[in-house]
Amino acid sequence: MNMPLCRTRAWALLIILTVVLLISMVISAGIGSAHLSPSDVLQAVWDRLRGISDHGMMQVIVWDVRLPRIALALLVGGSLAVAGVVMQSLFHNPMADPYIVGVSSGAGFGAVLAVILGLQNAFLGMNARALTAFVGGVIAIFAVYLLSRRRGRVPVTALLLTGIAVGSLLQAITAFLIMQRSNGVFREVMLWLMGSLANRDWSAVAALAPYAILGVAVAGIWARDLNVLALGDDTAHHLGINLERARFVLLVIASLLAAAAVAVCGIIAFVGLIVPHLMRLLVGPNHRVLLPASVLGGGLLLLWSDVLARTLLPGGEVPISIVTSVVGAPFFLYLLHQRIHRA
Amino acid sequence: MNAPILEAEEIRGGYDGHEVLRGLSLQLKHGDFVGIVGPNGSGKSTLIKALTGLLLLQGGEVRLGGRPLRAYAPRDLARVLAVVPQMIAPSFAFTVREVVEMGRYPHLARFAAPGGDDHRVVEEAMALTDVTHLQHRPVDQLSGGELQRVTIARALAQQPQVMLLDEPTAHLDLGHQMQVLQLLERLNREQSLTVLCISHDLNLAAEYCHRLLLMSVGRIYAEGSPTEVLTVEHLRAVYGALVHVEANPYSGQPMVLLNRVGGEEEAE
Repeated sequence: MNMPLCRTRAWALLIILTVVLLISMVISAGIGSAHLSPSDVLQAVWDRLRGISDHGMMQVIVWDVRLPRIALALLVGGSLAVAGVVMQSLFHNPMADPYIVGVSSGAGFGAVLAVILGLQNAFLGMNARALTAFVGGVIAIFAVYLLSRRRGRVPVTALLLTGIAVGSLLQAITAFLIMQRSNGVFREVMLWLMGSLANRDWSAVAALAPYAILGVAVAGIWARDLNVLALGDDTAHHLGINLERARFVLLVIASLLAAAAVAVCGIIAFVGLIVPHLMRLLVGPNHRVLLPASVLGGGLLLLWSDVLARTLLPGGEVPISIVTSVVGAPFFLYLLHQRIHRA
Repeated sequence: MNAPILEAEEIRGGYDGHEVLRGLSLQLKHGDFVGIVGPNGSGKSTLIKALTGLLLLQGGEVRLGGRPLRAYAPRDLARVLAVVPQMIAPSFAFTVREVVEMGRYPHLARFAAPGGDDHRVVEEAMALTDVTHLQHRPVDQLSGGELQRVTIARALAQQPQVMLLDEPTAHLDLGHQMQVLQLLERLNREQSLTVLCISHDLNLAAEYCHRLLLMSVGRIYAEGSPTEVLTVEHLRAVYGALVHVEANPYSGQPMVLLNRVGGEEEAE
């Protein structure tokens, strides 16, 4: 295999992923209590785009109910996958994931705090919930990072155990805070925290999109640095990386992506672990290709997980986090098993 | 040309209050090929960390090209000084070429794509280290010797003036040990690359290095040509081991042999 062929292969895989994603969007928009054919879906979208709003049932279902969920699935899946990619490079450790290292729990804690304190004000265009989620996520990841670092390295076991401990602590405090509230608030916050794309409209998409796009763009600009960082802290330093600055920028970006997703959709586990791993098998570890592939793969995974979440129980919704955990936890155990046996 | 390219002056430093380097000084001139030998725990790896700016010094100063190390931006430093660290298993399956291309990192601006010059340097580095035929192989499938050559190729792609190597022959078999050192010798001779190399293996270091520094508890105990440094007295004082030193019949360099019988060196 020569060099141009490698590059051609990477591009081909990205195009295939994009096509699969587009087809998935059309098919999944037709799946639900009212079943629509792909041509119905395309017709409804086409009419709406041409400005023909007949407010017919089909257009409402496609445009107002299902499309926002699909768009949200793509944004959340892409954000969580890229957050995973960034953390894995930074920790030189393919087991890192926003949920496993406690960022999602930190963000959940921050978001619940905003709900309970009744914070509404927007700051710098961020609503209060997104802002406190972001701060919670950043604090959690820096805490886990500093606690699990030994002489400039982050060993797998230390990272996982510290992440679990910090995550559990934050979840316990969050649960305690929610318990103090009335039953109505309790139920609402619990349901949201469990992770779901249910009942979200275009405003949720608009709230998440700027952070998702900003985070993915910054990660893309740092793709070459992510490659070098994946070789280890000492080697990255020897190759001219400014370690302190790179760590700061990338941890903040990973937290921003994870926290924005949590603020809108609650805690959805394991996406940041599964997607980068599968994409590395498909396109290799080079971040110039791995990052776009992970955005597409993350979107695909959440899209179909959400289809399962809303169709698994007749007349009811399963939180999407249950779907991703049922797939992700065994996958995580499998990876762990493999690493232990290789070491 | 005679001004030292890399020098350490009375450097002190260590970890968590434990002082490993205790006022160490050394000088490397352009084109030198210097080996650092010494027992475990004498501070060899810590010295590499100090010379590359990874260790916060408690005292003294390291200068590269006359300029204090701390005055360099990481990127500028990486264009002058390349490091081949002790071998560790790669976490991610980058291809050999991708890893060697990362040596160009300090030469590329953030938004610049690698150009023809970069590709030429990468290809030269791979050719010199004889890894061109491996360029599309993932690094996690290489043997120890191959991986070590890829790491040296990556360091060469930085186009450094000085290369520091931390135990480049550890975990390698005899054939690969010679291959790596012959490569360094050639780079030193043909590209006038300045080489500073930590070694566990006294005989290998004696054979290839022009000058040796013998370390003991954070200082340079002896320094000079291999013959001057590797003496029975020095090695007994530093390693606490009874040895016998002879000249290699082929090269004339000193050769350290174990002396289980004892007593014989008294007669010399």
